[in-house]
Amino acid sequence: MQISGAEIVVRCLQEEGVEFVFGYPGGAVLEIYDAIFKQNQFKHVLVRHEQAAVHAADAYSRSSDKVGVALVTSGPGATNAVTGIATAYMDSIPMVVLSGQVSTPAIGLDAFQEVDMVGITRPCVKHNFLVKDINELAETIKKAFYIAKTGRPGPVVVDIPKDVTQKLAEFHYPESVSIRSYVPVLRGHPGQIRKAVNLLLEAKRPYVYVGGGAVQGGAEQEVTELVRSLGLPCTNTLMGLGAYPGSDPQFLGMLGMHGTYEANMAMQNCDVLLAVGARFDDRVISVPSHFLSKPKKIIHIDVDPSSIAKRVKVDVPIVGDVKHVLRDMLEQFREGGKKPDAGALAAWWKQIEEWRAPNSLLYAPSDELIKPQYVVQKLYEITGGDAIITSDVGQHQMWAAQYYKFDRPKQWLNSGGLGTMGFGLPAAIGAQLANPDKAVACITGEGSIQMNIQELSTAKQYHTPVKVISLNNRYLGMVRQWQELFYGTRYSESYMDALPDFVKIAEAYGHIGFKVENPADVEPVLREAFSPALKERLVFLDFRTDQSENVYPMIGNGKGLDEMDLPPHMRKTDEPGAERDYGNLC
Amino acid sequence: MRHILSILLENEAGALSRVVGLFSARAYNIDSLTVSTTEDRTLSRMTIVTHGSDDVIEQITKQLNKLIEVVKVIDLNESEHIEREMMLIKVRATGKDREEMKRMADIFRGRIIDVTEKTYTIELTGTSDKLNAFIEAIDRTVILETVRTGASGIGRGERVLKI
Repeated sequence: MQISGAEIVVRCLQEEGVEFVFGYPGGAVLEIYDAIFKQNQFKHVLVRHEQAAVHAADAYSRSSDKVGVALVTSGPGATNAVTGIATAYMDSIPMVVLSGQVSTPAIGLDAFQEVDMVGITRPCVKHNFLVKDINELAETIKKAFYIAKTGRPGPVVVDIPKDVTQKLAEFHYPESVSIRSYVPVLRGHPGQIRKAVNLLLEAKRPYVYVGGGAVQGGAEQEVTELVRSLGLPCTNTLMGLGAYPGSDPQFLGMLGMHGTYEANMAMQNCDVLLAVGARFDDRVISVPSHFLSKPKKIIHIDVDPSSIAKRVKVDVPIVGDVKHVLRDMLEQFREGGKKPDAGALAAWWKQIEEWRAPNSLLYAPSDELIKPQYVVQKLYEITGGDAIITSDVGQHQMWAAQYYKFDRPKQWLNSGGLGTMGFGLPAAIGAQLANPDKAVACITGEGSIQMNIQELSTAKQYHTPVKVISLNNRYLGMVRQWQELFYGTRYSESYMDALPDFVKIAEAYGHIGFKVENPADVEPVLREAFSPALKERLVFLDFRTDQSENVYPMIGNGKGLDEMDLPPHMRKTDEPGAERDYGNLC
Repeated sequence: MRHILSILLENEAGALSRVVGLFSARAYNIDSLTVSTTEDRTLSRMTIVTHGSDDVIEQITKQLNKLIEVVKVIDLNESEHIEREMMLIKVRATGKDREEMKRMADIFRGRIIDVTEKTYTIELTGTSDKLNAFIEAIDRTVILETVRTGASGIGRGERVLKI
């Protein structure tokens, strides 16, 4: 029996086991929406802006093992989706975005709501397709899902002209896909793995550096087993948080621009570095030449060969799926029965503990002003470290990453690569739908939240009881911090005047809002927000935080990993008798 | 350093723009590019002449391989290879220049493929250097127009780029 292209789209999504489609209707996708109306196998989530549809689909993916799906119309619907697509691309998130297109005869004629979606998204997708023939529709969608989730994952766009959704064809969903030009590698080269094992065994100052690839590759068990069995120190990148448990003593904290002192010092001073699904990006190692000025051997495991030797030359490249490669490494360690030099490792740990002792994340508490770090710490306590945390971009994002200890992967969802403000709230909605039984909190700021605040309406419609933790310092905080430190305190356009009453906004959308100005109220209000009484409600917490607080440690522009700007209590001072008193810090 | 890359890719709409887009997005150089279908209609073969440090060429190769539609990439510089480029060059050929131009074309093994009272159009094939040498060898003022295909390359002997 022949069915319409729109029905084929719906059938394909059903075959893929899609639970939710995040989208927004429009002219070019009316047929698809009509087909959606006639089915009840998956749910459609109507967002209030296409960017949010893509972020929600992305976070649905990030917080589960499934592929998120977004559906947008042609033209502005498609362009609005681009920021979300680029966000997912930079963080290697599997996702399929279906976009409507004008009918094939109208393509190229500057038709109403026409935009070259395949052209616009080409640099920010893993792959994209324009389906011109209805007979290729099902196979193309099958390929899109396959490409999105295999190898190094990423978003795939399928652009579907309206006439293709209207034509009729037989539906046949292929069971498998084989693309001769696309064969992702799973297993690493055994010889390379042996070299890596030997290097780690000979190491005096070994270090394990784990990125988002370990989260996407589901390699948390292997990472943890390797680090624990060998007694190694471990750090996670912003994208890797949760791949190794954040509350574990062998975890040195996040590294990078706002990493802990010990994590960055260990990165600079290690002699053998095992990089697992991480890409040595500028926010992590800063300047490659400075990073390499301290000689070290580098083992790099990555599923994407182009990630290897992109910014830093490595000694032992291993192309393969991190989970498989780590398993093979563990197997070789077990067979060999050897461990790294215990004496050297003990000396290395002693050095690390010295770096760790001053606690670079301490901050001065206050009875008068709410410290943003304190809010995150209390959130961690009150949620028992179990909540899924989404964030926007800026200071609050860094504080969330520093102070919430993520013990499992897929618990921390943020736009690490692209740094997209406006990600947090739609992401929280997507994550809540994927994890209906988990507490989901969006740590945000008054700047970021306003970039997609309309999604409070979506949250109401779909009963996603996320908790919005807004660290409102009346500044675009990270911009302000840079202006304070590097631009002579010229706060150019980083202060937001005329902020709305966020409590009223929350209420206007049918939610609950609290404004919190007193540090003493932080804990009780958080407890209330996460109490069983409000379990089913979205609660917007507008914390008025200390405007002058900066994120420390910080690696300034062009500085090396061991050249951090440290928090005040760790700064060296030439004044005789200057005391370091950690007693009043939390 | 100059490198000549041979790329086998799916003969599909948009595949070329993916390759070109990759070069511009990542600020790689394209000195020349030539592409056409192969004896297998489903495949196109592209030759890109580029230059860059070894690190950059390694990244270019990896990034090209990452494109879904790219089937295979080889750097012809890695071993013996042959390259050819074709140029059509239209020159003013009057008076004593007419004889001289015929002589130069013969020396460079070019063929005159179009003749008018005042012009010759010469077809010349060889390495890019040879074509440059021809341009250097003749009087610049007589050149009316040139069109070059960009280099195509192929490995010597048993070395074959095939799927």
